[in-house]
Amino acid sequence: MSVRDDLLYSKDHEWVREEDDILVIGISYYAQEELGDIVFAELPEVEEEFETGDSFGVLESVKAVSDTFIPLGGKVVEVNEELLDNPELINEDPYGDGWLIKIDPFDDTELDELLTAEEYTEFLEEE
Amino acid sequence: MDYISNTTAETEKMLKTIGVNAVEDLFKMIPEEVALEEDLKIDSGISELELMNLAQEKASKNKSLADQLSFLGAGVYDHYLPGVIDHLISRSEFYTAYTPYQAELSQGTLEAIYEYQSMISELTGMGIANASMLDGGSAAAEAVAMAARISRNKKIILPETINPAYREVIKTYGDGQNLEFVEIESEAEIIDPAQIAENIDKDTAAVIVQYPNFFGSIEKMNEIAEIIEENKKVIFIVIANPILLGVLKPPSDYGADIVVGEAQNLGNGLNYGGPYLGFMACRDERKMLRQLPGRIVGKTTDVDGKEGFVLTLQTREQHIRREKATSNICTNEALNALMATIYLAVMGKKGLKEVGNQSYHKAHYLAEKIDKIPGFDVANKNNFFHEFVVKSVKKSEEIKTQLAKDNIIAGYNLDKIGKEGLLIAVTEKKTKEELDKFAEKLEVL
Amino acid sequence: MEEKLIKDYSSPGRRAYSLPPLEVTESSLENDIKDYLRDDLDLPEVSEVDVVRHYTALSEMNYGVDSGIYPLGSCTMKYNPKRNERIARMTKLSYLHPYQEVEDVQGSLEILYQLKLDLAEISGMDEITLQPASGAHGEFTSLMIVKKYFEDRDEERTKVIVPDSAHGTNPASAIMAGYDVIEIASNEQGMVDLQELKEAVGEDTAALMLTNPNTLGIFEEDILEITKIVHDAGGLIYYDGANMNAIMGYAKPGEMDFDLMHFNLHKTFSTPHGGGGPGSGPVGVKDFLAPYLPKPVLKKEADSYFWDYKRDKSIGKVHSFYGNYGVMLRAWAYIKTVGGKGLKKTTENAVLNANYLKARLKDKYELPYAEDSLHEFVLSGSKQKEKGASTLHIAKRLLDYDQYAPTIYFPLVVKEAIMIEPTETENIDTLDRFVETMLTISREIKENPELVINAPHSTAVRRLDETKAARKPDLHW
Repeated sequence: MSVRDDLLYSKDHEWVREEDDILVIGISYYAQEELGDIVFAELPEVEEEFETGDSFGVLESVKAVSDTFIPLGGKVVEVNEELLDNPELINEDPYGDGWLIKIDPFDDTELDELLTAEEYTEFLEEE
Repeated sequence: MDYISNTTAETEKMLKTIGVNAVEDLFKMIPEEVALEEDLKIDSGISELELMNLAQEKASKNKSLADQLSFLGAGVYDHYLPGVIDHLISRSEFYTAYTPYQAELSQGTLEAIYEYQSMISELTGMGIANASMLDGGSAAAEAVAMAARISRNKKIILPETINPAYREVIKTYGDGQNLEFVEIESEAEIIDPAQIAENIDKDTAAVIVQYPNFFGSIEKMNEIAEIIEENKKVIFIVIANPILLGVLKPPSDYGADIVVGEAQNLGNGLNYGGPYLGFMACRDERKMLRQLPGRIVGKTTDVDGKEGFVLTLQTREQHIRREKATSNICTNEALNALMATIYLAVMGKKGLKEVGNQSYHKAHYLAEKIDKIPGFDVANKNNFFHEFVVKSVKKSEEIKTQLAKDNIIAGYNLDKIGKEGLLIAVTEKKTKEELDKFAEKLEVL
Repeated sequence: MEEKLIKDYSSPGRRAYSLPPLEVTESSLENDIKDYLRDDLDLPEVSEVDVVRHYTALSEMNYGVDSGIYPLGSCTMKYNPKRNERIARMTKLSYLHPYQEVEDVQGSLEILYQLKLDLAEISGMDEITLQPASGAHGEFTSLMIVKKYFEDRDEERTKVIVPDSAHGTNPASAIMAGYDVIEIASNEQGMVDLQELKEAVGEDTAALMLTNPNTLGIFEEDILEITKIVHDAGGLIYYDGANMNAIMGYAKPGEMDFDLMHFNLHKTFSTPHGGGGPGSGPVGVKDFLAPYLPKPVLKKEADSYFWDYKRDKSIGKVHSFYGNYGVMLRAWAYIKTVGGKGLKKTTENAVLNANYLKARLKDKYELPYAEDSLHEFVLSGSKQKEKGASTLHIAKRLLDYDQYAPTIYFPLVVKEAIMIEPTETENIDTLDRFVETMLTISREIKENPELVINAPHSTAVRRLDETKAARKPDLHW
């Protein structure tokens, strides 16, 4: 459960899933555990563009604020509006209903630079 | 007289526990170059009796409103203060408490703030109110900054019918944010909405209107609302007089996005300008709420399911978000907000309406009398609530000086802000006799 | 809920107000106003007894410094003398409209002027404005003064440096004044790291914001070196006066080469905090910055006092009037009562009390910075956390013993921080009781951690669900 095999990961604890030409992005199970109960998700607007590693949003728990960093540069094509009213989805289902944004990547060859589930698990163990 | 209760023997015992010989040793880390060699040049302390005498001596040089008949308003109003207010806020559990960080031991403050937020919401018609701002001027300035953040624009339309003190505060804060102000002049006591229409564009962050305005008149709210409605991104800020919202339509009726103002007149005294009470409310939308400055209290439940109150949405605030906070505000005007809360509870819906109505009728009674005096003219006689502008062939300064001899303060001299006339305010506290006396003295000038 | 809301006392027809009958003839509403009248207003309808019982019940669920120790680090919750309240309520000092002529208020202005002189003497600053209404407001005012000063000199300086141990208001105020914030890390002793500072300053440095002693209660021993580094780069140095209670009579910010500062009258000078306000945050500056102070500035000529509005270089106004006058009256009364020598004794006892608590607690609670400290100190709950109870739990358990909790999780440089400031008005008996309670809690964590983790048990409400409050905000009835 904590690391899903079918996803790619960044060292900032974001995951990426390919859906046709676009990429779905969320935070890992580990990340949501670290943040605690998330009470608000501040997400970008559709059409906004980000370079790899840029902060694209903010997740808030009761007394902490954390930036989210985009694993791959691209243009936002959809944001998870459901999170505005139900931020708890990120805690309850980080790899499913708790996804954050979908992007159209500038350069999808950068996907190769992300961690596989196995590599990410190793990375977590090291941390 | 100091307030130290450790005795010499106790001090010795404490020093021993710490492991030093003398109190001075605790200050050894202060480098010699900056350590004071001389005592402070401040007189020795005095007893309570001497202090009371000293304060009496200073006070005797003042002339308070208890000793004269005042028609001053201009944003600060002398309404009746029910005795219950001072009695209740003098309970030390309220006034000697800190910001309610430990909610379980601060439920009194928290529940009272929740009630305050509820009643400000009711008065303004807005879905969300915060726990208070420093005063009316800074609340208006923070509203402008909030509007600029939401709209991501810099241009602010600022009519000159807004309280000049607020306009100055707004501009000081605006300098910090590099905001650009378009000032709209008024021909009479209200602005021409066409001037807003001419100046509003895609770069406009906000339009601000005062309700009623500085001169006591009500702007053409519906026309202004329509103009703003056509410019979706523009934030409509209304600076309202909260006590009059007991009688006047709430700003929400005109599509206001943010409502702010000075709530001194809700149960707070005059106190020579402070402490007063800024209030701030906004539409019930997440994007507005996220940008609202200041503390907010919310209702929740405890581990046993019992209802209670906490400071909430604190991630907007400086102690968590630091340089990314919505504002630097920390200390606010909590005790003044408690006074307003108790005032609103005491007055209730009927009392607040009666205060508004009495102020209205008394102001109009006086205005009609003055308007009939040869050489005097009430400039906004068809459009004012409890404050109006009197123009005269005589100089305002001279009128004020002459009436001062009869212990009457004849209002606020508009010369101070480059306008003509006197701004005269009337509240429910004035008696018919006092109103008649004022008119008579003007007549025989 | 322990005590129902005021609206739940409501019964149609009840009233708590009384007004005389309207004696003047009613004016018709047939004018431009009539379209603006509202139909309904949903406020409570209650009796006076309802109001009194309700707010009395609320007060009973509260805790003030009159109830007992309030050891909130950085907040200086000292006793609020009652004589000051009497003075602030004197009719001739309080029933004054801000637009009365200065001739009517000479007594009040004399008080404010004396307060200004005393603040200048205490701080080593030259000119004072009383206008800012809180500490953060004073910070913002100060940074606008810095900004105006550099604009006047045609110098473009865009950055403000803030240590990582600073109050959150510092960076927030800098942003409001339009600056970029550079945060610098503290060194191992909890002080400004001179090397980091040297690297951070430059031609674009407008100011360094510093609290001294800092939020760890530690005096910056290299203070003259720090101020020199910033001055050499052409920047100004601002003093956050939140911790003045540690140095009054022993050192002056002005003599440490600070250029400007704010005071917290509600901390250092004993005015009550009112459940979160009002406060008062006067700003003091050296002469060269005086032209930029907010207007009006209080002046004296011959034997009369007046407000000077003719100030071309002023930053403008930050408050509608002259600031929180009622708070200033109390601060004036406090300084008069305590006197110059008393202020020094105040400092000594604040530092004595803090060091006594530190000495008695440091064996059971980790002391992350061993440097000598002044009026406050920071412990860490790390040892206790290992046994399952965090700093939050310790704070909540204190409430069960009818004592308020210290500031927790601040400063950010300490993990599981417990920041304690007893102030000078507590005596050894109260301090001993606090120590015993803290030691008891530490023992409880070893023996029965669940008791602490589930605290508080005896308060009006128990641990509240903050997540629910933030996810589904319920902000009014």
